[in-house]
Amino acid sequence: MSAVTYIAGKEPHPREHRMIFRNVDRKGWDVSIEAYSKDGGYAQLEAALKMEPKAITDEVKKAGVRGRGGAGFPAGVKWTFIPPNNTKPVYLICNADESEPGTFKDRYIIHQDPHQLIEGMAIACYAVGAHLAYIYIREEFPEGAKILEKAIAEAREKGFLGKDIGGSGFDLEIYVHRGAGAYICGEETGLIESLEGKRPYPRIKPPYFPAAMGLYLCPTIVNNVETLCHVKHILQMGGEEYAKLGTPNNTGTRILCVSGDVQKPGYFEVEVGKVTLGEVIHDLCGGLKPGRKIQAVIPGGSSAKVLRGGETFKIKRGEDMVEIGLEDIPMDFDTLAACGSMAGSGGVMVIDDSRSISWVLNNLNTFYAHESCGQCTPCREGSLWMKKITDRLVAGKASPDDIDTLDSVARNIDGRTVCAFGEACSWPTESFVAKFRDELVADTKPELADAIVNAETEVAAANLR
Amino acid sequence: MALEIPKALEKEIDERITHYPVSKRSAVLPVLHALQHHFGLISEEAVVWTAAKLELEPIKVLEVVTFYPGFRQSAPGKYHIRVCRTLACAMAGGHELMESLCAAGKIDRSGVTHHHPIAVGADGKFSIEFAECLASCGTGPVCMVNDDFHENVTDASALLARYK
Amino acid sequence: MSDEQKPAVEMVDVQIDGEWHQFPKGTRMIEACRQAGRDVPHYCYHPKLSSPGNCRMCLVEMGMPPRPRPGEELKPDEDGHLPIQWIPRPAIACANTVAPNMGIRTDSELTRACRHGVMELLLINHPLDCPICDQAGECRLQEFSVEHGNGASRFRENKVKKPKNVAIGPRVRLDDERCIMCSRCIRFADEIADDPVLGFTDRGSHTTLAVHPGRELANNYSLNTVDICPVGALTSNDFRFQMRVWFLKETESICTSCGRGCNLTIGGREGEVHRLTPRQNDAVNSAWMCDHGRLNFHYLNSELRLTDPLIRGEAGHETATWAQALKTAAAALAGFGPNEVAVIASGRLTNEELFMARQFAAAVKSEFIDIVPRLGEADDYLAAADRNPNTLGAKLILGLENPGAGLKSIRDGIAQGRIKALVALQENLVDDAGFSAGDLGKLEFLLATYPLANPTAEAADVVLPGAGFAEKRGSMINLTGRLQRLNRAHAGPGQTREPWEILRDLIQELGGGNGIYRADDVFAAMAAEIKEFAGLKLADLPADGVALLDTGETVPLLDRERERKAKGVIVG
Repeated sequence: MSAVTYIAGKEPHPREHRMIFRNVDRKGWDVSIEAYSKDGGYAQLEAALKMEPKAITDEVKKAGVRGRGGAGFPAGVKWTFIPPNNTKPVYLICNADESEPGTFKDRYIIHQDPHQLIEGMAIACYAVGAHLAYIYIREEFPEGAKILEKAIAEAREKGFLGKDIGGSGFDLEIYVHRGAGAYICGEETGLIESLEGKRPYPRIKPPYFPAAMGLYLCPTIVNNVETLCHVKHILQMGGEEYAKLGTPNNTGTRILCVSGDVQKPGYFEVEVGKVTLGEVIHDLCGGLKPGRKIQAVIPGGSSAKVLRGGETFKIKRGEDMVEIGLEDIPMDFDTLAACGSMAGSGGVMVIDDSRSISWVLNNLNTFYAHESCGQCTPCREGSLWMKKITDRLVAGKASPDDIDTLDSVARNIDGRTVCAFGEACSWPTESFVAKFRDELVADTKPELADAIVNAETEVAAANLR
Repeated sequence: MALEIPKALEKEIDERITHYPVSKRSAVLPVLHALQHHFGLISEEAVVWTAAKLELEPIKVLEVVTFYPGFRQSAPGKYHIRVCRTLACAMAGGHELMESLCAAGKIDRSGVTHHHPIAVGADGKFSIEFAECLASCGTGPVCMVNDDFHENVTDASALLARYK
Repeated sequence: MSDEQKPAVEMVDVQIDGEWHQFPKGTRMIEACRQAGRDVPHYCYHPKLSSPGNCRMCLVEMGMPPRPRPGEELKPDEDGHLPIQWIPRPAIACANTVAPNMGIRTDSELTRACRHGVMELLLINHPLDCPICDQAGECRLQEFSVEHGNGASRFRENKVKKPKNVAIGPRVRLDDERCIMCSRCIRFADEIADDPVLGFTDRGSHTTLAVHPGRELANNYSLNTVDICPVGALTSNDFRFQMRVWFLKETESICTSCGRGCNLTIGGREGEVHRLTPRQNDAVNSAWMCDHGRLNFHYLNSELRLTDPLIRGEAGHETATWAQALKTAAAALAGFGPNEVAVIASGRLTNEELFMARQFAAAVKSEFIDIVPRLGEADDYLAAADRNPNTLGAKLILGLENPGAGLKSIRDGIAQGRIKALVALQENLVDDAGFSAGDLGKLEFLLATYPLANPTAEAADVVLPGAGFAEKRGSMINLTGRLQRLNRAHAGPGQTREPWEILRDLIQELGGGNGIYRADDVFAAMAAEIKEFAGLKLADLPADGVALLDTGETVPLLDRERERKAKGVIVG
C-alpha cells in the first residue's frame, strides 16, 4: 500500500486514526476500482473466500465491533442470530439510509470509497451465507447511488461479484436500492418493508427479528455502511489486533460527525473512547465561537438525550464511582450510556449559549413529527402533538403547564411503540425538559394557562424562523 | 389518459425489476424513481402504470407514493430545490437560505401546506421545498438542486445563476 | 379431529395478575388473559387477522424468571414456580405468546399508565362526534375511554383534518377523521377477501385510509369491514342513521340466503329487522358473512307483506280470520282424491316445517311433494351455489333424492288435469319455479303461504301469511351437514304465523289433533321418527349447532383459515 497524503486543507487531525476514512479526501484518489486495487483492494475478500465462513464471524466477534448505525449492537453477535438449522436463503442489507440528524459519515464512504463498502459487504455475505444483498441508500444521495452502481459493475467485471467469485464457488449479487426520503427506513424492519415495496412500517419484534424473519421472511442481516467497512479491516488486522484499537468493549475506530456551534465542524475518525467530548469540541473542532459557552451537546445523533453544558456525571471507573464533567466524557458507547445518553450514530451536535433551547427542541420535534411513519398510536399522535406544543412555545403562545404536558406526552410514547423511533422522538423532549426546564418555561406565558391559543397560521409563520 | 413510456425507459425499468428476483413488488421504489426522473412527477397515470407493471392494486402503489416526500405528485419547476430544514443546517442558516432562495428565484411559499409542500415560482423555472436532514450537517446550510448537492450555501443568487 | 387424537400440546404455567394458570404453548398473551377472565383492551388485534401490533392498547407488564448469574440457581417456590423479574418496558399482549413461568400484569400501574396514555393519544385528533356517529353504543373508543381514559382533554391544538363521508364502495362509507389506523379493514381486504383495494396514504399523523381513486371496495364481503372497524370510521350505507344500536334487540340465528347457513345476529326493534351481523362459528362462517346475505332482509319490512289470511271471494281476495281461512282451505282440500293434490314445499323451510309438510301431504293423500331448487354461483369464500338454506333437511325429511326433479311431473299433472289442487308453501311458483299463470289457472284449488304478495298468491284461492326467517323458530341443516337453529327475533306483522303452525292447523282441520304446540314439539316428533335427529332437542342445540350429517363438503374460506392458523399467522 502506498503512503497516503491528503488534499490541502483537508488533512486529518493528528488525533485521528484513519482507517475507514483512510481514502477520504486523499490526494490523487478516485472511486475507480483501479485506484482501490492499487491500494490492496479486494485482497481481504480473496483471503476471506479461502476461510471457513464461521471463522470470519469469529474474527468479527473477537474484534467486538459494535454497530455504527445507532444501536451499538455487536455486529458479530448479530450475525450468529441466523437460526442454525436455517434452510431458507439468507440476505444481507447494507443500511445506507444515513438519516439521523447530525450524522454524515456514510455519505463520504459512499462518495469517496465505494469499493471499501462493497468489499466489506462481500466478506460479510460470505460469512453469513448470503448470495443476494442490497444497499439501501437514501434517495437524497443520487450521486452516491450512481457511484455505488458503477463500483458494483466494476467489481463484477473484475470477478469480485457475480458467479463463482475468484473460483471459490461463492456467488453474490449486490444491488443498489434507493429510498425516497424517510427516516424510518433507517430502522431495519422498516427498511425491510420498504425493500419489499411496502410502506416502511417497522415490524413487531418478536416475532420479526430480521436475523430469523427479515426480508421476504428469510434470515436477513442488516448492517450500517461504516460497520460493514470495519469487517474488511478486522480481517486484515485479525480480530484480536483490531480489538486493541479503542477501549475495552468499545473497540475499533469510529467516525464522529460534529456539527453546530463549533469553529470547524466536520468528520473525525478516532479510536473509540480515546478522545473526550471536550477534546472533540476544543481540539478537533477548534473550539466554540468567540465568547460562547457550551449550552448543550447532543452526543450521538438527534435522538440521543441532550447533555447540558457544565453538567457532571457519576460513572463507574473500574470499581470506583467517579464524577466527571461534560467535557471529560470519553466518546465511547458505555460511558455515554452511563451519562444517560448514547453514542448512537456518532453525530455530535454542539449548541452554544446563543441559541434558544425552545427553538432547538422545536426544530427536532418538527423533524420527528415529519418522519413518524404513523403506524402505531403513541408515536403517530404524540410526535405531532409535541411539535404543535413547541410550535406554540417558539411563537410565544405557550403556558408553563404546556411544558408539563410536553413532557408527559413524550413519556407516553417512550417505550410503548413498535420500533425505536418512539424513543428517538421522545428522548429529545424528555431530556430537554429535564435539563432545560427553566429555559423552556422562560419562553412561556403564565397568563395563557387556560387560554385556547391556536392561531395555527401565526404559529406556522413563527416556525419559519 | 394513458402514459407514454418511451421504449428506453421501459427497458430500464424492466432491467431494474430483475434486481428483485424474489418479489416484483420490491421494485416499486425503483420503478417510481425511473418514472419521476423521466416525467418530473408521479402522476395518477404513473401510479396505475406501475401497479399494472408490478401486478399490484393501484392503492398499494399510491400507499408508497404518498408516504415518501421523495415522490412528487405535482409538477416541480425546471429546477427543483430542496433546502435542508433540520437542526444543524437551521443553526447554520437553513431558514435564511430558504428565504433568500425564494427571493432570488421569485418563489412565493405562502401557499405551502402539509399536503402541498412544494412552491413553484411564477415562471416555472424553480420550485422549492424544505427537506429533512440531508446528512451533511458539517457543511450547512446545504441544499439540492435537482440531483446536484450544494454545501455551505451563502449566496442564493449566485447559486441560482448557475441554473439557466 | 377428536380430542383424543390431537397431539399432546405442551402446557405452560403463566401467572396472570398474581394467579397461576396453564395454557397451551403458543397461546397469545391476550388470549391467555381473556381465558383467565382478565380481558385486555385492544383495537388492532383480531384473532382472524394477522397481528401488526399497531394500536398499542394491549400493552401489559410482563415478566420472566431472571437470568441466573453464573453459579446461581433460582429457587422455585413451593408450587414449583420461579420468581418473576418484571420487565420495565411494557409488551403487547396481542402478538406475543406465553412462555413457561411468565408473569403478566393486566392491572398494574404501568399497564394502566399505558392504556391511559394510548387512549389520550387516540382521542386527540378524533372528532369526538359520538352524538352523530352510528358506532356510538358499540364503539371501542367510547368503551375504553370510560374504562381507561381521561375525563378531560389536555389537547390545545388544532386537530388534523381528513376526508369525511367518503363512499369507498357501494355499501361502505368512510370517515377518515374517526379512523384510528388499526388497519383491520385493510388486513381483511388483503387477507380474507383477496381484494386489496384499501390502503393508507400519506404518513404520520396525516395517515389516511383510502381506496384508490376510481376503485371501490365492492366485493361481496365488504360489509365485514364495518363490523370489525372498532370505531365509527367505516359505516354501512344500509344501516347508518337507521337506529341507535342500544335500542336493538339481538337474536342469534342463521342466514337463510344460501346453504352455508352463516351464523348471524338479528338486530331488530319493535317487529322490524334493522341489521344482520355475522356471529362467529368456526365450523361454518368463521367471523364473516357475505353482503348479499347480510342485506337480504329488507323484504321483511316491505309494504308487500301479507298481514292477514285472504280468501278469494267474488270481488277478489278478502281479508279473513285464521279460522275462516283454515276451514275454507281444509274443506276444499278434503274434497280431492288420492294424488289429486300436490304440495310444493321449500328449501327455505325449517326442518320442523318440512316435517309438518310431510304430515300434511299424507293428510291430503298426496305423494306429490317436492321443493323448488334454487341455484346460484358459488364463490371461493362462503357463498354456496345452493341458494336454499335447507336442501339437506328437505332431502332427509321429505325423502327427496333429487330435489326439484318432481316439479315437472307436477306441472304435467296439472296440465293433464290429474292434479287438481296445489299447495305452495313459502314459494312463489310463478317467478321461482317455472309455473305459468296458465298452469295455475287450470287448478281447481290453490293454497299459498308466503310472507309477501306475489303472482302465486295473487292466483291462490286461499292465501296465508307465512313468517319470514327472522320471525320463526326451528332448525336447518347446512351444506356441511350441520344442524343449526333459527331463533325468532319477533313475530311477523299482523296475523302472520310461522309455517309449521299453519301446517299444524291445516292438519288439525283435516284430521284432528296432533299434540303439537311449539316448534320444539315438532322437533321431538321428528326426532322420534327420523333416526338422524334421534336424541336431539331443539332447545338444546348449541348456539353454533351440531354436526349432523357427513356430506364431505368443505368451505374454502375455512380451509384457508385453518392453514393460516396452523402457520401461526392468526389465532383463529
